[in-house]
Amino acid sequence: MLRRWRERVNLTDIVMFIIGASILALALTGTVLNILHPKFTEQQWWSFVVDGLTLGSIYALIALGYTLVYGILRMINFAHSEVFMSGPFTAYFLADWMASTGFLEENLLVGLLAIFALAMTISTIVAVLLERIAYRPLRFAPRLVPLITAIGASFFLQYFFKGLYGPNIKVYPEITALRTVVEIGAIRIRYLQIFVIVAALLMMAGLQLFVMYTRTGKAMRAVAEDKETAALMGIDIDRIIVITFVLGGALAGAAGVLFGLTFKQVKFDMGFIPGIKAFTAAVLGGIGNVVGAMVGGMFLGVTESIGPSLFLDPLGVPSPGQLKDAIAFTLLVLVLIFRPSGILGERLAEKKA
Amino acid sequence: MKGKVLFVLLAIAAIALLAVACQPAAPKFECKDKLGCIDIGPNDPIHIAYAMVVSGSDATLGQDTKYGAEIAIDDKGGKLLGHSIKFDGQDTGCNAEGGQAAATKIAADKTIVGVIGTNCSSEAVPGAPIISNAGLSMISPSNTAPYLTDPAKRQPGYFRTAHNDKVQGAVAAQFVYTQLKFTKVATIHDGGPYTEALANVFAENFKKLGGSAVIEAVNVGDKDMKPVLTRVAASKPELIYFPVFVAEGGFICAQMRDVPGLEKTVMMGADGIFTPDFLKACGKNVVGMYFSSPDFSVFKGYDEFVAKYLKKYNLKGTLAPFHAHSYDAMNMLFAALEKATVKDPDGTLHVQKQALRDAIAATKDFKGITGNLTCDPYGDCADPRIAVYQVNQDNLTKLEMPKTPIWKQAQ
Repeated sequence: MLRRWRERVNLTDIVMFIIGASILALALTGTVLNILHPKFTEQQWWSFVVDGLTLGSIYALIALGYTLVYGILRMINFAHSEVFMSGPFTAYFLADWMASTGFLEENLLVGLLAIFALAMTISTIVAVLLERIAYRPLRFAPRLVPLITAIGASFFLQYFFKGLYGPNIKVYPEITALRTVVEIGAIRIRYLQIFVIVAALLMMAGLQLFVMYTRTGKAMRAVAEDKETAALMGIDIDRIIVITFVLGGALAGAAGVLFGLTFKQVKFDMGFIPGIKAFTAAVLGGIGNVVGAMVGGMFLGVTESIGPSLFLDPLGVPSPGQLKDAIAFTLLVLVLIFRPSGILGERLAEKKA
Repeated sequence: MKGKVLFVLLAIAAIALLAVACQPAAPKFECKDKLGCIDIGPNDPIHIAYAMVVSGSDATLGQDTKYGAEIAIDDKGGKLLGHSIKFDGQDTGCNAEGGQAAATKIAADKTIVGVIGTNCSSEAVPGAPIISNAGLSMISPSNTAPYLTDPAKRQPGYFRTAHNDKVQGAVAAQFVYTQLKFTKVATIHDGGPYTEALANVFAENFKKLGGSAVIEAVNVGDKDMKPVLTRVAASKPELIYFPVFVAEGGFICAQMRDVPGLEKTVMMGADGIFTPDFLKACGKNVVGMYFSSPDFSVFKGYDEFVAKYLKKYNLKGTLAPFHAHSYDAMNMLFAALEKATVKDPDGTLHVQKQALRDAIAATKDFKGITGNLTCDPYGDCADPRIAVYQVNQDNLTKLEMPKTPIWKQAQ
C-alpha cells in the first residue's frame, strides 16, 4: 500500500503541495483573525471590492488581447502593453482639447464616444502594423524568434511614443458628471466606476458572442484549433490573424481610455505594469480562453485590492499595501500548483503546449 | 691607451652635460597621489559629468539641478584654470538600475574629473560605490536619504549639498504637531531609500512629540492607490504625509478625495514632489496641500540667481527645489579643483584625485546660495534649512510652486 503510494507521488508533488497548503493556511489564519478583530468597516470592505473590480475590468480587457493572440498564434505578444498605451496617450490630446473648450461637459456622450473611437482606432492601427511588420514575416520561424521580436517591438513603440509626445506625464480631464457617488446599502460607488465595469463587461460579452456565434468567430476558433486543417477548409489564415489583432487592439484601446478616465495620468511607459498584470490575469484564467481572461482579470484585481488587508494586516505585517503584487503573484503560483492550466484553462493538447 | 680612456670619459661627460642642458627648467610633474591623477592636455577641456534624472516623470528634478550647475559654469565665464569646461552626463531614471548604469559609464570615462549627482537617493545607493571606487568624487545636489552619509555606509568619494532627511522629517513632524496641532497622522512611502527613510523619520519624530503615526507603503508604478488609502482611512488620520515622487504622489493626491473617510484629511508632501509637474498630476485636490522643502527665503543672492535661471532657460518658474544646491555643488567642486590641480607651464593640468577629495572634504564656511557650507566627516555639506509651504488656487492655475514659506523652524 505504502509502496504503491510512494511510486505514484514524487517529491516535487509533495513539496508543491506543502507550499500550497501553507500559503492557504496563512491566508486562512489572516481571514479568521480579521473576522475576530474587525479593523475595517463593512463600507471599507466593499470599497476594496469595488476598486478591485474596476481595476480588474481593465486588466481583463487587456488580458483578452494576450489571450486572443495566444489562442491563434501560440505566441505571447509582449508588445501588447504598448498597444494599450498608444491609444489613450493619443486620445489624451483630443480629451484635453474638448475639456478646455467645455465641449466634453456639455456633450458628454458624444465626447466620450469620440475619445473611445480615436483611442481604439490608434491602438488597432498599432496592433495591425505590429502584426504586419514584426510578426508575419516570422510566422514560421522558431518560437523564440517572435517572442524576442515582441520585446524589441515593445521597446521601439515605447520610445517612439516618448519621442512623439514627450517624456512627461499627461493628465486626463476630470469629468464632473461621472464623479457622482451612489450608495447602495454599504456600497459606495461612483458613476465612473459603474461605467468602467459595465463598459468592460459589455465589451467582453460582445467578444464572446462574436467568437461563438459568427462565421468569422467560428473561423477564428478553427484556426486556433489547427491552422493547417483550417487553411485546407478554405479559411484565409492571414485574414483571421489580422482580425484577431484588430479585436485585441480595439479592446486594449478601450481599456486604455477607461484607465485614463479612472487614474488620470498617461505616459509613454504606462503600459508596462498593467501589461504584466494582464498577462498574469490571462495565465491565471487559462491562456487561450476568452472567459478565462475575464475571470482572471477580475480575480487578480480584487485580490490585489483586498489581499493586503484581508490576509496580511491581521498577521502584523508592516505596511502590507506594498506587498499586493507579492500576493497577486503568490496567487498565480498557487493556482498553477493546483490547476496547471489556469482556472478555466483548456487541457492543452501536446502540439499546443 | 691612456688617451683612449680619457677620450671615452670625456665623451661620457659631454653626453651627460648635454642631457642635463636639454632638461626643462622645472622638474617634470610626477603623480604621487594615492588615487592617481587625471592629465588634461593644454587644449583639452576640464570634463565634469552629471548623473541626473533628465527624462521620465521626474525629469524636472534633473533638469532643475542641471540648469543650476550650468549657471555656475556661466558665472565662471565657462573657464576654470584657463581651460574650458565640458559638462555632459548620464540619465539616471530615478531608480537603482539607472543609477548603476550611469555610474558605470561615468567610471569608464577616464577624462571625467568630478561628478555632480545623483538626484534620487535610490540612484546613489548603487551609484556612489562605483564612482567612489573609480577614485572620483561626486557631490549630490538633491540626495537626502540619511543612509548615504551614514558613518558605516558612506562612500569616501561621496558628498552632498542637499539636506539630510533627518532634518526634513523632524521639521515636518514639528510643524504638524505644534502648528496644525494634529495628533493622529499617517505616512505613505514607496519603498525607495529616500521615501522610506523620510517617512520613518517623520513618524519617529511625530511619536516622540507625543502623537501617533501609521506607516503604509505603495510600490513604484502602482496606479490604483484607493485600496491603500482605504487601509489608511481605517486609522482615521488627520493628516497624511507622503514623501514620494511625482507619478505615485500624483495618483495618491488625485484619488485621495474618492476614499470614504479621507474627504477632509489634510495632505502634506516633501521636496521630491515640490514641482509644478506634481500640480499637474494631482489636479484640483492639491489646493491647500502642505509641502516641506528647502527654505528659499534665507538663501543669499537667490533672486538674482533665479532671474538668470528663468532668463537662460526661458521659464516662468523654477522646476524643482534643488537648483541652488546644484549651483553650490558645482562651485564647491570648482574651488576644490583649483586647490587639487597642478598646472604645468605649457598649460597641461594634473588633477590629483585624492587631493581633490580631501579638498572637498575640507570645505569650511563656503559662502553659497543655500547658506554657509561646511562638510562634516561623512560628506554632509549642507546648511540645512527646511520650511513649510502651502499650495493655493493661484499656484495651481499658473502651475507654479509657492515661493514664500508659511512656516519655518525658529533658528
